[in-house]
Amino acid sequence: MNKNVTANNAVTPKRRKAASLDKRKAKAGWWFIMPFLVVFVVVYLPMVIDSLRFSFSDLNFTKGGGYTTTFVGLKNYHEALAADAEFTEILVTGIKQLVFDIPAIVIFSLFMAVLLNQKMFGRAMFRAIFFIPVIISTGVIEYVDQSNAMLTYMTDSSSAVDDGSGAMSASESLAAAANLDWLFGSMKVGGGLVKYVVDIIANVYDIITRSGVQMLIFLAGLQSISPAIYESCQIDGAAAWETFWKITFPMISPMILVNTIYTVIDSFTRSTNSVMIYIDKIYAKPDGTTLSSAMSWVYFLFVIVIIGIFAFAISKYVFYQRRD
Amino acid sequence: MNSQATAPKVTKETKNKIRVEFERTDFWTRFRLKYLSLKFVTTVIWVIFRLVLLIGISYVILSPVLSKVFSSFMGREDFVDVTVKYIAKNPTLDIYKTLMIEAEYFEAFFNTLTLSLFCAVLQTFVCCVIAYGFAKFKFKFNNLLFALVIFTMIVPHETLQLSMFVNFKAFDVFGIVELITGSPINLLNTYWPLTILSLGGLGFKNGLYIYMLRQFFRGVPDELEESAYLDGSGVFRTFIQIIIPLSVPMMITVFLFSFSWQWTDMFYTELFFPKTSINLMPDVVEVIPKALETQGFAGQKMYEAAIRNTSSLLVMAPLLVMYLFCQRYLIAGVERSGIVG
Repeated sequence: MNKNVTANNAVTPKRRKAASLDKRKAKAGWWFIMPFLVVFVVVYLPMVIDSLRFSFSDLNFTKGGGYTTTFVGLKNYHEALAADAEFTEILVTGIKQLVFDIPAIVIFSLFMAVLLNQKMFGRAMFRAIFFIPVIISTGVIEYVDQSNAMLTYMTDSSSAVDDGSGAMSASESLAAAANLDWLFGSMKVGGGLVKYVVDIIANVYDIITRSGVQMLIFLAGLQSISPAIYESCQIDGAAAWETFWKITFPMISPMILVNTIYTVIDSFTRSTNSVMIYIDKIYAKPDGTTLSSAMSWVYFLFVIVIIGIFAFAISKYVFYQRRD
Repeated sequence: MNSQATAPKVTKETKNKIRVEFERTDFWTRFRLKYLSLKFVTTVIWVIFRLVLLIGISYVILSPVLSKVFSSFMGREDFVDVTVKYIAKNPTLDIYKTLMIEAEYFEAFFNTLTLSLFCAVLQTFVCCVIAYGFAKFKFKFNNLLFALVIFTMIVPHETLQLSMFVNFKAFDVFGIVELITGSPINLLNTYWPLTILSLGGLGFKNGLYIYMLRQFFRGVPDELEESAYLDGSGVFRTFIQIIIPLSVPMMITVFLFSFSWQWTDMFYTELFFPKTSINLMPDVVEVIPKALETQGFAGQKMYEAAIRNTSSLLVMAPLLVMYLFCQRYLIAGVERSGIVG
């Protein structure tokens, strides 16, 4: 009895102290995210609201840098979706292209991460080469490549000098050399699948340059799987193929979700995306500024919906290991 | 197998010396068991397949860069000469020279270096702080606020293009600036817009950095900080003296991303520096130097493409040099991050 009381006395102050530490920590947490919170509320949020407001109105620049807006309701949205036939077409083809590209990018980057994770001769060198596109195939450099490729496409590309669309032509000639249509044609698979595979191989450069970050994320995931699991698998006599599907794949499945969502975001917000290019073109027109706002909000809604669908579909199959 | 035949024969020669005689398996049996098994064959085929695949993809990655390098040394005549494929017959540095003078490469280089270095350092540090707050502290709305970070990642740039332009052209915080100076200030053509966005972790792709760092900090064991707290260290001191040194490889990764993406970024630089008052890297690419006389030349398309490629080489060269030194940190940082979804 007596013992019990002392025990209680000993416990109570300790508990109170722990609670206050938690509270103090929670307060510190707010301090840490303060920069984000302040700039988000003060600068970013007004911009988002402004952008939404612009999409519902007409904008007139006045002299001296100011501007006036007049509310026009859904006019811009109507113009984007109903009046401008080109936009809806580009939007639909762009989204279709993307939905087809995503599995290719995710599967390719997973495969490459598994390869680059194996012990072999020259691994460090291959890794270094594979992540070069993350650094260099962005922004200006990508823009130059694209404009040159466009030029080659428009003019005849029969000239001798390689003009830097070398990658495109290399992968195209690869596809041609393998004569893929013939190769897959004799197999008993659907024509749609054949076309899909051929398209991917023709765009292999594009796929490679877009899967750098995903490869990094997968590689990190593969590193975090405990070697003990593989060891016990080996002792039980599992083959490499089985080990991949029974161990690696479930353990990496959270990363598949992350990478799919990242791929969607990255592809949608990439400036070389056809929809983005079109919106930019509209933005550059003198009276197109608010219309481009409306278009990009429509686009944003599509992005959200697609991310939602992918996240919902994949998260059902994701396996989370309990770590204690 | 016959155990009698394989058992080693032991004979005692002297007091401290024994002699063991093995009956060695003959060469053919050893060869057959080791090299003619299915496992060995599949391993060899796999290794060859892997090597071919990796070399092939490396080629696809490197060939555009190499062909750019080759064509950048070509003289004017080489672009109409059908026999020239890679190696120039009239090697010259004309394209480089003219670009450096007419496009003011060095000025653009130093301007962009200042901007990128400043943004990258600021973003790395700020993202680190924010990510640590999200990773290690339980407070109300933690997940909801993190969803806001994801939101900033998803919103396409084009959505905010107009309002960013308008807002930074007449920058004002709830009318406070107007109260003090009389009119809102124009921040375009200065480094301020990017500074403000970087300060809040809202710069180019900062959502990704915050996400990566958050996952990294989640993998850091809590006991480390708890022991620091027990020793009387405050939250901020713990962060600076224990967590920051621990996360250097990951921070280098984020720095590398941030620096190189800011370096090649066109969107923000064109939006915030509309008049070319500050010469930046994208401006180098847009210029086709007049001194090279591309107009009306038979190989004009090829020549101009080569010039643009050379300018993009000039843009990426500093990045490649930096990557060469930092790439091992990149891998190390990500390997240790233990990113878990």
